[in-house]
Amino acid sequence: MTDSVLYSVLLLVSLGVIAAVVLYFVSKKFYVYENPLIGEVDELLPGANCAGCGSPGCRSFAEKLVNTEDISNLFCPVGGNDVMKLVAAKLGKEVAEKDPTVAVLRCQGSCDVRPKTTEFQGPRTCAISAMIYSGETDCQYGCLGDGDCVKVCKFDAMYMDETTGLPVIITDKCTSCGACVEECPRDIIEMRPRNKKDLKVFVGCLNEDKGGIAKKSCAVACIGCSKCLDICPKEAVTIVNNLAYIDPAYCTLCRKCVDVCPTHSIIETNFPPKKVKKVEEKVAVEKKEKVAVIKETIVEPVNEKTDA
Amino acid sequence: MLKTFPKGGIHPPENKLTSSKNIKRLAVPKMVNVPIAQHIGIPAEIIVEVKEKVKIGQVIAKSGGFVSSNIHSPVAGTVTKLDKIIDTSAYKKQCIVIRTDVKDESNFEEKEYPLKQEIELSSKEILQRINEFGIVGLGGATFPSHVKLNVKEGVKIDCLLINGVECEPYLTADHRLMLEKSEEIIVGIEILMKALNINKAIIGIENNKKDAIDLFKKATKNNSKIQVAALQVKYPQGGEKQLVKALLKREVPKNGLPLDVGVIVHNVGTIFAIYEAVQYDKPLIERVVTVTGKKIENASNFWVKIGTPISDLIAEVGGMPEGTRKIVNGGPMMGKAIKNTDVPVTKGTSGILVIAEDEASRGEPKNCIRCGECVYVCPMGLEPHLLMNLSEKGLFERASNEDIMTCIECGSCSYVCPSDRPLLDYIRFGKNIVKKLQTSKN
Repeated sequence: MTDSVLYSVLLLVSLGVIAAVVLYFVSKKFYVYENPLIGEVDELLPGANCAGCGSPGCRSFAEKLVNTEDISNLFCPVGGNDVMKLVAAKLGKEVAEKDPTVAVLRCQGSCDVRPKTTEFQGPRTCAISAMIYSGETDCQYGCLGDGDCVKVCKFDAMYMDETTGLPVIITDKCTSCGACVEECPRDIIEMRPRNKKDLKVFVGCLNEDKGGIAKKSCAVACIGCSKCLDICPKEAVTIVNNLAYIDPAYCTLCRKCVDVCPTHSIIETNFPPKKVKKVEEKVAVEKKEKVAVIKETIVEPVNEKTDA
Repeated sequence: MLKTFPKGGIHPPENKLTSSKNIKRLAVPKMVNVPIAQHIGIPAEIIVEVKEKVKIGQVIAKSGGFVSSNIHSPVAGTVTKLDKIIDTSAYKKQCIVIRTDVKDESNFEEKEYPLKQEIELSSKEILQRINEFGIVGLGGATFPSHVKLNVKEGVKIDCLLINGVECEPYLTADHRLMLEKSEEIIVGIEILMKALNINKAIIGIENNKKDAIDLFKKATKNNSKIQVAALQVKYPQGGEKQLVKALLKREVPKNGLPLDVGVIVHNVGTIFAIYEAVQYDKPLIERVVTVTGKKIENASNFWVKIGTPISDLIAEVGGMPEGTRKIVNGGPMMGKAIKNTDVPVTKGTSGILVIAEDEASRGEPKNCIRCGECVYVCPMGLEPHLLMNLSEKGLFERASNEDIMTCIECGSCSYVCPSDRPLLDYIRFGKNIVKKLQTSKN
């Protein structure tokens, strides 16, 4: 009785010893050296695996950071300057500081300003819609409204507004990973600098048609009238193919162009309202900060606030 | 037993409402919008200026490369603008807008073209003329004909197939042309046989056009070179690969052309255009268009100038019927809905189909029940349900391995699907992406 217990204990112990010895030698023999820095850098990165940096995931970006000598052109858009500074300190390399950016929607063609002229029955994805036809409205440059950008956003920073039919970007949550920019078949979403207090001025339209045609298809279309071009003191505005573009590198956010735009296609965001009721409004603005970009700046015909 | 292709195929209701209607000549429109991209390949380059006076048949846009085609002015008049106008692709594309000169008589005189059987030109001259006179495949794909006829040295061609199948429901343009211009078409076939130096041609006609079959059989009685073959009625028999298989039992290799098995296929409409170009120096400036629909009062076939707005055609058949939901450029199976009625007729417009509310709507897509109907009807032997799922999930490499590129986009799968799944939409999307991936790889 005691013998059989003893034998089995001995057998198992000896098996364990043999396995341990084999494993020890095997692990010595097939040891792969990995720079311990990679793991440490990986810890610093946000771990979202969004691929906004260009690498497939955070781990491979960490490898890239450790293995390349000059990392000044590598940047993690999600972590931003803070994370990059930590990485630089860890690796003893230099990183370039970048202005934080945020995605903006360059289309204001909501249902009531851009009337539908056709109806499409079929799979509702922007990619297929763009391939088959030019959209349900007469504007072939604007938002198709099928929400491919919302589907690819990994940070819940976008949602479709049912009343306007346009996607809404929640700027606080946007990490500027660029997934939506890549996904949009119409290239409506642009990355623009966040600036102080998230102040932005940009043209909310991509319509390259001549003025009359553009205006007919959408009430808030840029008609290429060049009023903004004339008034801009810093030459930040360029007009190509009947379409104005404000270069954020030159724009000083003076907002002169916003006032002269006849179709209200230039969007200003998060600016405190001018004149009247200064104190009260400021509080309101702070509360509203989480509301998306286009929400606050939508033109008169759609000014009813749909949600808080 | 009549010949047909062995794999797949469907039998949609024929609805050939206009097969007994003569081809009428549509009045010359006041304005024509001529798109510069009417063919597959590189768009033509505009060579006229605004305010320039153009003559009928004058080249207004020059071929932009080898796979491209010249475009001629369909009317005599003045170029009023070069603008972007919505065309059949539903996007705004570059167009040449010409205002018809009402005083110019060449617009309105009806020239007589008596049958001319002697072929004076040499083989080389014929091919050059087809190139210069802007002939493209009029079956619907608008592939430039000179490219098809450009046989490289060493490639042996032994048979010319003439596509008189017209398997699309509703359309009767080719059928009417065959009935009214049978002798001209036969001369056209002889022209092509001379150009290609071959001695065998087969005209394939589906058995629902018995009058055309009889007519051609009678006309080719004493001609040993040209045969007429009646085919079973089955969609998509008008597809090049299906027709080659049906008539000659030869299998066109995947990603290959009928040329690889020694065959060239041309549509009867193209043959007639070639006849007119070679014998009467007439460029491709008009074509036969069937304007039809169940609610259309005077549905008929018309000779229409390229660039005529579709609204003119609809006005001619008695206006837009009430409850119209959709207007399709082409047939119901492969045609594409147009965005508005200002869209011009192009070289590829074989028909205009007006569909009412009850027939136009697509059902709500439901889950795939794995019935296999789509696999059963696919004429290319593909698995449409699989290709759709792969495209939907973004697995394009696997879709490419599953031969998504061999799909001929006939729409049989979407037609039979009991769950109303948008199979073809996704497959087209997948094809688009795979094509882009392939070109970026090379």
